[in-house]
Amino acid sequence: MPRPEVTLPADGLIAVVKRDCPTCELTAPVLAELAAHGGLTVFTQDDPSFPEIVPGRIDDTALNVSHTLKIEIVPTLIRRVDGRDADRTYGWDRAEWERVSGFQGIGAGLPAFRPGCGALNVEPGTFEDLLVRFEETGLTARRVELGDDEDEFEATFERGWSDGLPVVPPTEQRVLRMLAGTTREPKAAVGLCPPNLAVLTVEKVAINAVMAGCKPEYLPVVLAAVEAALGPAFSMHGVLATTMFVGPVLVVNGPIRRQIGMNARGNALGQGNRANATIGRALQLIIRNVGGGRPQEVDRATLGNPGKYTYCFAEDEEGSCWEPLSVERGVAPGVSAVTVFAGFGLQGVVDQKSRDPESLSRSMAESLKAIHNVKLAPACDAMLVVCPEHERTFRNAGWSKARLYEELYKLCEIPGDLLVAGARGIAEGHSPAVAGTIRNKFRPGGLLIVRAGGGAGMFSGIIGGWSSGGPTGSLPVTREVKS
Amino acid sequence: MTVLLDPTSEQSPASRERLARPDKLRGLTVGLLDISKPRGDVFLDRLDARLTELGITVKRYRKPTVAKPAPVPLRQQIVGEVNVVIEGLAD
Repeated sequence: MPRPEVTLPADGLIAVVKRDCPTCELTAPVLAELAAHGGLTVFTQDDPSFPEIVPGRIDDTALNVSHTLKIEIVPTLIRRVDGRDADRTYGWDRAEWERVSGFQGIGAGLPAFRPGCGALNVEPGTFEDLLVRFEETGLTARRVELGDDEDEFEATFERGWSDGLPVVPPTEQRVLRMLAGTTREPKAAVGLCPPNLAVLTVEKVAINAVMAGCKPEYLPVVLAAVEAALGPAFSMHGVLATTMFVGPVLVVNGPIRRQIGMNARGNALGQGNRANATIGRALQLIIRNVGGGRPQEVDRATLGNPGKYTYCFAEDEEGSCWEPLSVERGVAPGVSAVTVFAGFGLQGVVDQKSRDPESLSRSMAESLKAIHNVKLAPACDAMLVVCPEHERTFRNAGWSKARLYEELYKLCEIPGDLLVAGARGIAEGHSPAVAGTIRNKFRPGGLLIVRAGGGAGMFSGIIGGWSSGGPTGSLPVTREVKS
Repeated sequence: MTVLLDPTSEQSPASRERLARPDKLRGLTVGLLDISKPRGDVFLDRLDARLTELGITVKRYRKPTVAKPAPVPLRQQIVGEVNVVIEGLAD
């Protein structure tokens, strides 16, 4: 559809009104009065027959004139001189109308002041439609025109844009609304997106966030997650290309969790919460679509894991006696942040009998030592998600998070004799040189502890990591959420 | 008509023609790149011995970690020093 041509009177008065506005109704006699003097053009936003007492009113139900004049409130009265706006007022304010119109004593029987109503052209949805119609979106992404008979959902599958589940078709209007969630310029670069190292702009992030099902207010979290994943420390290329199970796991901290309604409690790592589900998915779609990272191509995962659709949850800071993960990692308390961790799946730690921290930490350590293989140490980084009923045991005993880390590292020391290849009847394992030494299951700093989950159930969880965890592979990265 | 915004980078990865394989290695310098995968060195040591027996010049390289692409200086060094590269991809 070509950009609309709008012709406005070069000189004289313009009024923009709608019937569904009591102040416009109120000012109808004034408009009739001004029209009688000549030189007034009235545009009507909703009902072309309104105001009946003004002859020659013009139908602007398409809102093209209103948009061109940038009307925000009706009624608006504008004085035009030599093809330009010389003055304007909105609502009903007699003194203002007298000044703009140049006629004194108008609307004699009316109150001196009445506020106006919102104009139809700036209503959410309509405004974006008008920006698209007038080609004023500022968006630079390639436009993909679908065939008249093409189903828009099927079209996204056929173009390879989907992770296997339906995506929200990224129309210009939806992307514009998404971009309202950030103050960043659409063309600003966020980084280079692996594996193809394509320039990732805020606009491309927003397009994929639309597809993932995000609301605009989630966009700052998506942007922080993307920045965290794209930095060299996280090694997104390697996380994608490895044959191992991992994908980016996102943990959200700070006030943004509650502001956007994330789930940190019952079923926090499961389905059912829009923010949890779509933020993690947006990151994956970006890697797929912008970076070109697709399964059985650069993504060489042997099995992968279901978290590669989306893996994002919030920490239950309010219920925890420990400092949040983000604070532990250097972010100020009360500041929202996202931590990205290369992880997979969830291995349960079922312990319904421990009532003291010594027993419970031993339970957890034994489970931790099984990640990847009991014969491998160090194996990978891991995230321990402590459920409320387990955290209570530590809380009641006065164990800080630092204490739990310290105890778990100690408990994860393994005699090298048990790790030698062939020992315990298992060919997997390390060289005979480890015999007689002590090996730790985790590198220093390789264990992360967060708290999440519902109030009932003594079931914590372990998110295993990548065998290349650590400085030569993937490090967890935390980024502040900025608007 | 529905118009969607392209979510991709809009640049298909440049597909490049591979260089033609040389007919023979004699007279060329062969680089052996160890990507730091376990036992890659076993494979490359054997190739090194066989190629050296044939009088072919061999140069050895090693990536710091299997988890990341080779650093640019290493790639540039290899390009500058050899005609052919052989690497062991899996363990």
